[in-house]
Amino acid sequence: MATTHVAAQEAEAPTEPQLVLNDLSIQVATVNGSGSQTANMVLLRSIFQMGIPVSGKNLFPSNIAGLPTWFTIRASKHGYIARRKEIDFLVAMNPETAEGDVRELRPGSAVVYDERLDLKRLRNDCVFYPVPFDALVAPVCPDAKLRKLVRNMIYDGVLARLLGIEMEEIQRALYKQFRKKVKAAELNFNAARAGYEFADKNLQKADRFALRRMDATRGKIIIDGNSAAALGAMFAGVTVVTWYPITPSSSLCETLIELMKRYRIDPETKKATFAIVQAEDELAAIGMALGAGWAGARSMTATAGPGISLMGEFAGFGYYAEIPAVIFNVQRVGPSTGLPTRTAQGDILSTAYLSHGDTMHPMLFPCSVEECYAMAVEAFDLAEGLQTPVFVMMDLDLGMNNWMADAFPYPEKPMARGKVLSKEDLDRLGHFERYRDVDGDGVGYRTLPGTDHPAAGYFTRGSGHDEKAHYTERPDDYVNNLDRLAHKFDTARNRVPSPVIQETAKSEVGIIAYGSSHWATLETLDQLKEEHDLDASYCRLRGFPFSHTVKDFIRRHERVYVVDQNRDAQMLHLLRLEVAPEDVKRLRSVRHYNGLPIDARSVTDSIVAQEGEK
Amino acid sequence: MATTATPPAPPKKVNRIGLEIGTYKGSKSTLCAGCGHNAISERIVEAFYELGVEPHRVAKLSGIGCSSKSPAYFLGSAYGLNAVHGRMPSIATGTMLANRTLMAIGVSGDGDSASIGIGQFVHLMRRNLPVIYIIEDNGVYGLTKGQFSATADIGSKLKTGVVNDLPAIDTCALAIQLGATYVARSFSGDKRQLLALVQGAIAHRGTSMLDVISPCVTFNDHEGSTKSYSYVKDHDEPLADVSFVPFFQDIGVDYDPGTTTEITMHDGSRMILKKLGTDYDPTNKVKALHVLTEAHEKNEVITGLFYVNTERENFLDLLNIVDEPLATLPESRVRPPKKVLDEVMEELR
Repeated sequence: MATTHVAAQEAEAPTEPQLVLNDLSIQVATVNGSGSQTANMVLLRSIFQMGIPVSGKNLFPSNIAGLPTWFTIRASKHGYIARRKEIDFLVAMNPETAEGDVRELRPGSAVVYDERLDLKRLRNDCVFYPVPFDALVAPVCPDAKLRKLVRNMIYDGVLARLLGIEMEEIQRALYKQFRKKVKAAELNFNAARAGYEFADKNLQKADRFALRRMDATRGKIIIDGNSAAALGAMFAGVTVVTWYPITPSSSLCETLIELMKRYRIDPETKKATFAIVQAEDELAAIGMALGAGWAGARSMTATAGPGISLMGEFAGFGYYAEIPAVIFNVQRVGPSTGLPTRTAQGDILSTAYLSHGDTMHPMLFPCSVEECYAMAVEAFDLAEGLQTPVFVMMDLDLGMNNWMADAFPYPEKPMARGKVLSKEDLDRLGHFERYRDVDGDGVGYRTLPGTDHPAAGYFTRGSGHDEKAHYTERPDDYVNNLDRLAHKFDTARNRVPSPVIQETAKSEVGIIAYGSSHWATLETLDQLKEEHDLDASYCRLRGFPFSHTVKDFIRRHERVYVVDQNRDAQMLHLLRLEVAPEDVKRLRSVRHYNGLPIDARSVTDSIVAQEGEK
Repeated sequence: MATTATPPAPPKKVNRIGLEIGTYKGSKSTLCAGCGHNAISERIVEAFYELGVEPHRVAKLSGIGCSSKSPAYFLGSAYGLNAVHGRMPSIATGTMLANRTLMAIGVSGDGDSASIGIGQFVHLMRRNLPVIYIIEDNGVYGLTKGQFSATADIGSKLKTGVVNDLPAIDTCALAIQLGATYVARSFSGDKRQLLALVQGAIAHRGTSMLDVISPCVTFNDHEGSTKSYSYVKDHDEPLADVSFVPFFQDIGVDYDPGTTTEITMHDGSRMILKKLGTDYDPTNKVKALHVLTEAHEKNEVITGLFYVNTERENFLDLLNIVDEPLATLPESRVRPPKKVLDEVMEELR
């Protein structure tokens, strides 16, 4: 029986290959619907439990079963958690993609594969580890029907042996994953152990990669951005959630349903302190959210590009009638249906100006699961404070992938419900005018339906209205109202989360990034410094409308690279509209839009190339 | 000089909560003189006044169109929201989710509900949300100057001579089939019947759908129209003589057995349906749909209360929402304590 196929070592210069410790990326190629998710999560968690910084990206098709899917795990002692393009360790389980996957590897990479695929014939500069998966799974899983699902656990065991992942951690991660389903956990662990034992007896370690325990994940959690945002919404005190299923946002509301059922049932009456409704479409989802916001509830919906397009008309109504609501936009690849299961930041411009007429919306850009949580909390305060729909701009990478993070802090500030007049306020004031700018910030006072005062009622409309909320078509009324709304948007400038600026004295080069590009950008800053002696400044946008500090940042740098995960440099264009004409020339673009999570190398290469042309 | 004593002013007429009818009126209508919608607004004013509904508890909601303007013309001190075209149902749903103690009255038109908004219309009916849903039905788009709507009858003719060659959508039949629990059709010109039906809708806690034929005097009141005043007057076939007895009036009604059906509404009010010719049981869904289908075949405009179901759970009860408005629950009831966050964090470690 064949054991190890060692590639020609000549390709790798050192005769005594040095181990690359805690710095590798693993790619598992499977067929979707084959139950590989469990095996991959267990692998990710095991590495995490060994104290090694880790991240995982699921690259999956828009399909239920039978199409290729890849899961990449990156372990990095440096704490880099962006995707890395280069794969060190391939687990080839999918006959359809195996050959292509192997051909793309760099020399020196390792391949664990189903021996039937006979992949070693393809190259001689990689290390090949054939594994007889079917022969190994049969004895540990007598039930033939379950074998397809359990089979994947074998590669966990093989990798554990080859890379040094501790089997105790595999076991712990498995039992955590299966929670109370002890039998299933046991069955899966036996498969992992079979893989481990096979590798121990039959495979000779010939690659350079290894994982060893360190202490960089203590106290940390692993969570996806959608779940983090759901948690934020619950702690924000959301009461009305209306949604329509769409990838990649569905799991945000689904997780929220689970959380609310668990933690938001009134202990005395056993009734819900919330309402969650699956609407008939996105038009209804946002309509319900706005109806609820108008009536005073903290309301939200979650969607993605196609849903955002459908919500356009109502978004403009929310802006003009001044009704709070929070909309989570978990962006995916467009145009049209696009690539529904791939990531992008493609809705920046369309969301900023969503709807006809002069309409503008505040947007928040979380970059991490911590910020998905914290900005979800903040978004409700902002929406009610500004009396307008607020968009939380996530993306598929952030929303659906698992990320390592510090434990989330409990909200410090009490809920800020905005300018709402009570019956007592009206007793004191005598009357109120809904759209009058009393405080000079552009935000009027509102009353909530049900307020028992003869002066409380008013008429909300998407048609022309004056300060008293009366219908009007008078030119001066219209202009006054529109100008006040513009002034209110200016108020928002200082209320949305401020940018995080990391400035290097006298650097000519600045980078502007936002959302999930943050992690690749951090790594790029290191690469530029280490490889090109370029010390760049960094401004991470966290909110729109932009704070004035963003304009100042641009002015202080000769060349500012704006990192966008879209073809059209959407954030760059949004910035162009705000910066002084003489500063526009400073802006340069780094774009990444192939549907895969952005990686540092692509960003670095783009900047270096453009710096070379300067 | 003799002084004439000024006679004391007659006491102002007020309703059971001490409000005058003026409180229930709205601003002056900007619709055409003679528009059926104005008559409907008047009945709404009377119904809310007579039942003594507190205006601050009322949310008046609408979409876009002539009909959707009318919430401005009744209950001026109530809350109003004029939304986007065809989307009143979702606004109504959100409003009631946020504050279940409100009474929502949605006014829509045949274009607003049966065309652009039919998706939201059918789903609202299906949910049995507590809302009074009035379609002011004239078979044409008024604001855009007289195009056919989807409730126009087949064969009816526009002023321009264009003949409608598609069958009408019967919003009452749809509503009954989909799960609304109080479904009626009336005519803006039938003051008595319409008032009783609106009052019944106020007393009902579920979706009350009233399709009110409301002629458009400008674009659809001519020879050849089936939604004109004269056509409806000639073809109106009331199912029964409807009257309404509010819960706070202890009136015994005498009637011969077998001639009258009495229905007790959620608030204790009663609908009294006096037989006119045929037997009709408004709690029988199948019969209701049969009657409506038959009416179409005979080119009759059947009016009256077609269907009532006071048993079916409404959407808010189904969702098991707390009794108080969600909108104003205090932070202590909507933000779980720190130990909950700690517990969740521990599970994610």
